[in-house]
Amino acid sequence: MQKNGNISNHKDCGLDPNEKLDVREILKDLDKYRPRRSGWTWRKAEPGQKLGPFEYKQTSAPLSRCLPLPAAKYFGGVDPQPDCVITTEIASGRFEDDLRRMRMAAWHGADHIMVIRTTGQSHIDGLLEGTPEGVGGIPVTRKQVRASRKALDLIEDEVGRPINFHSYISGVAGPEIAVMFAEEGVNGAHQDPQYNVLYRNINMQRSFVDAAVAKRIMASCGMLQIDGAHNANATAREAWKVMPELLVQHAINCAFSEMVGMQKENIALSSVPPTAPPAPALSYDLPYAVCLRWLFSDYKVRAQQNTRYIESDSREATVTHVLNLLVSRLTSADVQSTITPDEGRNVPWHYNNVAAVETAKQALVGMDGLKDLLEFKKDGPLPKQVREIAERAVLFLEEIKEKGYFNAVHEGFFVDSGLYPERNGDGISRDPNSGIAAGSIVERDKDYMAPVCEHFGYNNLPDGISKPCDLISGCTFCDGNKIVYIDELDPEDNVEVRLKKAEQHLPENMIMPEVQWKGDGYITLTMFLPEKEEIAEYASLEIAKRLGLLEPEVIHKRIIHPSEGTLIELKGVVPFAIDRSNLEIPEKPKLLSEDEIRDYIARNPMKVVCGTVGEDEHSVGMREIIDIKHGGIEGFGIKAVYLGTSVPVEKMVDAAIEEDADAILISTIISHADVHRKNMERLAQICQEKGVRNKFILVAGGTQVTNDLALEAGLDAGFGRGTKGIHVASFLVEKRRELSSDRDEKGPR
Amino acid sequence: MQRQSDFDKRREHLAPLTDGELKERFWELAREIVEPLYDLAYNHTSPSIERSVLLRMGFSSLEAQGIVSAAEKRRLLGKGAGNLVLKYADLKKMDYISAGKQLAENQGWDELQQTLGGND
Repeated sequence: MQKNGNISNHKDCGLDPNEKLDVREILKDLDKYRPRRSGWTWRKAEPGQKLGPFEYKQTSAPLSRCLPLPAAKYFGGVDPQPDCVITTEIASGRFEDDLRRMRMAAWHGADHIMVIRTTGQSHIDGLLEGTPEGVGGIPVTRKQVRASRKALDLIEDEVGRPINFHSYISGVAGPEIAVMFAEEGVNGAHQDPQYNVLYRNINMQRSFVDAAVAKRIMASCGMLQIDGAHNANATAREAWKVMPELLVQHAINCAFSEMVGMQKENIALSSVPPTAPPAPALSYDLPYAVCLRWLFSDYKVRAQQNTRYIESDSREATVTHVLNLLVSRLTSADVQSTITPDEGRNVPWHYNNVAAVETAKQALVGMDGLKDLLEFKKDGPLPKQVREIAERAVLFLEEIKEKGYFNAVHEGFFVDSGLYPERNGDGISRDPNSGIAAGSIVERDKDYMAPVCEHFGYNNLPDGISKPCDLISGCTFCDGNKIVYIDELDPEDNVEVRLKKAEQHLPENMIMPEVQWKGDGYITLTMFLPEKEEIAEYASLEIAKRLGLLEPEVIHKRIIHPSEGTLIELKGVVPFAIDRSNLEIPEKPKLLSEDEIRDYIARNPMKVVCGTVGEDEHSVGMREIIDIKHGGIEGFGIKAVYLGTSVPVEKMVDAAIEEDADAILISTIISHADVHRKNMERLAQICQEKGVRNKFILVAGGTQVTNDLALEAGLDAGFGRGTKGIHVASFLVEKRRELSSDRDEKGPR
Repeated sequence: MQRQSDFDKRREHLAPLTDGELKERFWELAREIVEPLYDLAYNHTSPSIERSVLLRMGFSSLEAQGIVSAAEKRRLLGKGAGNLVLKYADLKKMDYISAGKQLAENQGWDELQQTLGGND
């Protein structure tokens, strides 16, 4: 397998951005599919890169297809990609829907797709096969991994950047999963025996024995390993007090991994800023981050986001994440994880994967080059705090060394809520001789032998054999043809059955909203109710029922004032589907070509009077429509008389009469109390009163203006968001042509 | 275990260390802690490890499950599951994949065990 294949050469099987991903196409001939590369791929940093009007210090090569941040339109449409890999976590339970989610996330800048496993898989002693449905993640099987990798190969061609595929090598089947991942081109995985021991209650001896074999396999194909230390932070009662322990857990996994043959550059620490506001977060998070990067300077950092304090408020979660991103930029991050802002509500919804990726991209790019502007104070509190955290970690290690690791775990040393060396006696305690799969390890006999490559541990190979798999004419790592692919084992619980059901539930021409699975029908309602919390909650459910929503459920409430009111967010299922073929979509107006407009204006000069009307100081929109340098109507030869902002409507009409103009263009941005509609109506009315309605073409523009609204108000046209000069110029020419043909028929005005 | 913080007293021996020395001590301790874990792993195997060997030899997950369960019951895992398959293939003079499939179906174990008996 080749590392970093030239992805631009794979055009024969490419995705069409205008077509949905075809899951059946992905499933076709899966038994023959082989991954195109193995191992992890970092982004290629391009310091000093120029994009649009800017020079960036911390970005990487741009994507060939992407969706930039909304504000990019003001900056030439640039979509700078930060220098670090950006993760998105995928956890829907149905891999066929996950594939579409991966594609959407990739377009927004994710290049590390972390597939979460179904609940309970870590206790299954063996590999699962087929495509059964999972809970909170997918059952990781060869078929699902292979299909996902195949889809990601297509997606990475589509966006023009390699995508790392990642899942979990933990639980009691670690070595087997490691083999399967290595065979199937999985690029990264969580592997940390301490995770098994502390959080999955898997026997500690089994966990370390298995981990050594799994890690050696991961090392053999350059897979990136991420550890599990962040779980201590997510579990501890007072998360900021486990800082010394987090360093200890990282160190134990790093030292063990290296000892069994893993390269330092393939070992990443899963590091979380330990606390969140209303704590003074940075004064804890920053010294910890600096300490970690100092002690672990040879390793990679995967900056995980703090999930310990995420509630259902997506705004709050996003602010915490931005503070975490600030820590990443003030120190460093090789992989920037993203947690969806709805993590505290439900299994992440797919558009929230995109939201989280965009938060990371936006914040990282916004803080580009921050370290060139700032440095840490050498005489401030930081160096002292860093030293103290490190000393506490060293003392922690000293005590473990004295007792032995297994005894220390037995005594509940880990995830204790005391700031070490304080101990509160509430840590997680595990007996070395119990737990899942206790008693299952076996001493290797003198004649133990394993005829395969990359096998860790004692191996009594016959004399003269240097490559173990010579004994079997090649193992699967040396000859991929030997890999045995199992398609499905369960005739009921598989992707084919689910696809058929989904097709029956939602035929191709029908549309339903979705957040997780195709056709799940979920929408959210946001409402403010001027009532106390409990009343607001039940009132909102009643509103949802009367609107016809099924299974309504409040997913977030926020008291805005104890008596004045409550904000409610509610989800429910829409009880119908929309037939695509019955939709009445107004045709987009056909635009004249630039040359045609210029020719016409050259032969029939046109003058317009323009301004922002009412008490409204917005000028940008109108200037964009007029100015030659923004592609405005002046560029087509139309003469524009600009009256400025806050122009009374009457003055616009008087000026048009005085200038003998052909048209009046008003901009009306403020829309409080419907003022935009009133301004439009007033323009039509004054023109009527002054007897000049037929003399002028009347046009309005503004963010809340639509063509229908303008026509209703008695104008000739209205233009909303996204309007360019050519839209207005094209309309003016067409309208005057129409008027002159009327005149030809009816005689002069 | 419950304990009040005795950080100030406990850290006394670390106080004279430079930052560089403290970092060195940190890593020295980490390595010392995992050494016995490394030794344990080096000299032991597990059902999952043995199934991982069989997968690498070209057996399916179902076959690997069958072979390892049978080997566990007969307390033969310490020989290595791949080793058992090769020994049985030698014994029956057949290719190792066919031999492994027989073992996965719980056939041939008595015969295999008799051969191994002499080696113990």
